[in-house]
Amino acid sequence: MIGLLSYAVFFSTVASILAIAVLGLNLQWGFTGLFNGGVVAFFGAGAYGTLILGGTPQADHLGGFGLIYPLALAGGAVAAGLLAWVVGVLTLRLRQDYLAIATFGIAVTFENVMRNAEALSGGAKGFRGFERPLRGLFGDGFAYNLFFFCLVLLLLVAVYLFLERLVRSPFGRLLRAIREDEDAARSLGKAPARVRLVSFITGSAIIGIAGGLYATFYAFVSPQDVLPTLTFQIWAMLIVGGAGNNRGAVFGAFLIWGAWTASGWALSRFAPVEAQLYTGSIQYILIGSIIVAMLLWRPQGLLPERLVLSQSGQPVKPRQQGA
Amino acid sequence: MDDIVLRAEGVVSGYVPDLPILKGVDMAVRRASVTVIIGPNGAGKSTLVKTIAGLVPLSAGHIAHDGVEIGGIRPDRLAAQGIAYVPQMDNIFRTLTIRQNLDLALRHAGADAAARLEELYTRFPPLAEKRNDRAGALSGGQRQFLAVAMALATRPSLILMDEPSAGLSPKAAQEVLECARGLTAQGVTILLVEQNVKQALRLADHCYILAEGRNQLDGSAADLLSDPVVGEIYLGARRKGAA
Amino acid sequence: MIQNLADGILVGSVLSLGAIGLTLVMHMLRFANFSHAELLSIGAYAALVFDGVFAAILPPLADRIGPLSMTWALVLALVVAVAVTGASALVIDRLVFRRVRAKGSELSMVFASFGVAMIVRNVTGLVFGLGTQLYSKDIVFAVVVSRDPMLLIKPDQVFVLVATLLVMVALHLVLSRTTLGFALRAVAENPVLAQVNGVNLARMIALVWVVGGGLAAIAGVFYGLTNQISPMIGRDLVLPVFAATIVGGIGSVYGAALGGFIVGIAANVALAVLPSGYSPSVPFLIILAVLLVRPNGLFGEARA
Repeated sequence: MIGLLSYAVFFSTVASILAIAVLGLNLQWGFTGLFNGGVVAFFGAGAYGTLILGGTPQADHLGGFGLIYPLALAGGAVAAGLLAWVVGVLTLRLRQDYLAIATFGIAVTFENVMRNAEALSGGAKGFRGFERPLRGLFGDGFAYNLFFFCLVLLLLVAVYLFLERLVRSPFGRLLRAIREDEDAARSLGKAPARVRLVSFITGSAIIGIAGGLYATFYAFVSPQDVLPTLTFQIWAMLIVGGAGNNRGAVFGAFLIWGAWTASGWALSRFAPVEAQLYTGSIQYILIGSIIVAMLLWRPQGLLPERLVLSQSGQPVKPRQQGA
Repeated sequence: MDDIVLRAEGVVSGYVPDLPILKGVDMAVRRASVTVIIGPNGAGKSTLVKTIAGLVPLSAGHIAHDGVEIGGIRPDRLAAQGIAYVPQMDNIFRTLTIRQNLDLALRHAGADAAARLEELYTRFPPLAEKRNDRAGALSGGQRQFLAVAMALATRPSLILMDEPSAGLSPKAAQEVLECARGLTAQGVTILLVEQNVKQALRLADHCYILAEGRNQLDGSAADLLSDPVVGEIYLGARRKGAA
Repeated sequence: MIQNLADGILVGSVLSLGAIGLTLVMHMLRFANFSHAELLSIGAYAALVFDGVFAAILPPLADRIGPLSMTWALVLALVVAVAVTGASALVIDRLVFRRVRAKGSELSMVFASFGVAMIVRNVTGLVFGLGTQLYSKDIVFAVVVSRDPMLLIKPDQVFVLVATLLVMVALHLVLSRTTLGFALRAVAENPVLAQVNGVNLARMIALVWVVGGGLAAIAGVFYGLTNQISPMIGRDLVLPVFAATIVGGIGSVYGAALGGFIVGIAANVALAVLPSGYSPSVPFLIILAVLLVRPNGLFGEARA
């Protein structure tokens, strides 16, 4: 029984951390229409940033600033935000798929640099030497996991409430206005590129927080944690849950993470030994198929965005060409 | 043969199914005439010619060309029906040369292509002169002539033109409109949308006035030109609009 | 250094062929297709399969051509691979992209292409195994062109470069001399106007997929011939191929051709300075540099 409960806490912790990342992506894609093809770079920046800032001194790589945990986590978020600023400034005024390509590129590059720059990141062996916060109080067992789950849940709720308020604020309405009709928004004297940049950086910082929590949970991060696959999983969570709906984003995170771990378990349990090498391939095919199927048959996701009514009471229509 | 080349009845169309821009427009265009469509901004003038050209979905009503129903036609089949459409503004391929633009338009002319190309060069000498230049380098007026030449390449019986004088100098605009007028002498029918109301009415045979997606008034161009109400609304409004 | 340059030109020819197809698709269908590089992989494996088939049917075909490691069987297999890959591109469009296009935005297409890439890459891995394979196990020795500076070139590399240039010339002739080429360029510039000028849009889109797939197949086989074949070809080439299209300017065929060589050369010359582990990062640095200096690429036009 305690084993099951222990697993439930473990599963929910990871799913909640991913849900925070999905919420960050939802701000970018669901509410602003920005395609972040390199979610994992910002996740990774948060993860490495948190561990470098909060870790104990190490002989073979950077780190050991030993900042108190909240500052380290915030530092990780700032690192993710800075990365987003660089990419955003260069691409947000160009045609939209440049952002997709550039973010994809930065994710590949981030993983590549973390793998090679041993003095910075510990290289392929990963980054060690991080003491989890309040370990002295809760130890290493179930009690700690329960504490950490509560912390993650608290942050998930905080991020959720923050985003719900944000999207209902004038800024949130501006985001949707720009997503639907950039020219109209510009004619109202708003600078779309600037607003998009703010949204992109904020979303990336939230993804960075998720990365920081993830690395804290394992007290370790390596290039294996920042492979492009993670970008893909987080996207699947958003698309399945419903872009533009924060509840959908959280729901999708739990659903897809559940499906992912369940399929992994089922394959390792029931697939013949000689096929074990290919379980990863099978899982990727499954998740790729889920995404394509969603786009084809239910692009709005399981919990769609609620239509926003314009002042005339007419549902806001997507932009059409010409007149 | 029926004297009416194009007949539209109860045309309802728009970009979004439940938000029609045209709410039931009727029209009859006589052979070898110039018919002009005028009306205030948002009246649906461009939408009407685009609907005829198959570029805006027709949700109700009929459009017939020479007695053949063409409502909802695929735009690339227009030429086969003897119709050409000259869009407003971007109506030539800037990255192709003039020769390549014309070759493209003559793609389905088969063995006749070379003769027709010479014919078009004869009709529009400036195009012949610059045949190997990129079309993007042409002046506004010359672009319109190239667009008209491309339309003529398929030997259409009906040419739809969407504001051919937009963005042109008054002199160039006059030349383009006169060129359109001249085509009627060879039996070609012209249906055009114009903002340049006074100029267009002087040149046209017949005129339709649209407002809010419906027919408002139609009659011979000469009558409308001398109609005091039309004069006040459109010719006066035009002066203000030009400012 | 000179060796890096030579190797870069070679990699560049593969990237160019990939980038030409990608730039056509990106320009005409207006989405960044992250699954384009998987077409190189499909082409490489299709040729591997048919190379075996032809060599088995008619053993003399398995003889090497002159100093190349290439055999006549592989030449025939390349032709079949072009057809198979073009058809695959068309089928993927019918099954996925065309349907998403009908209901979604351009960015949904980008996302769908991520999904397609994931599926194709992993199905390839399942079918052909995750290991690497070669067209020929014969070792072809490189020719020493110069000893100081050291320059080694394999006959295969010369063949690949010459064949790439020939393909490009052929494509150039089609685009600049035939009305079919004009129609393709017309659709790329202004699809609505192309339609009212009698161009069948659906047919042109199909043609672009077939051409893009065919060029990708050639690129994939050349990559397999000079490196090795693995299911990760797509993963490893997707970013360099994107970099090549951005350097050249999205929509410019000539830009993509040149961009491929620039990225190939830059990535290899950079290895003279950087530790080799960093080579996957070079395309991104090139993209950043282009976006900073000339966002629309060498030949691209600004467009929304």
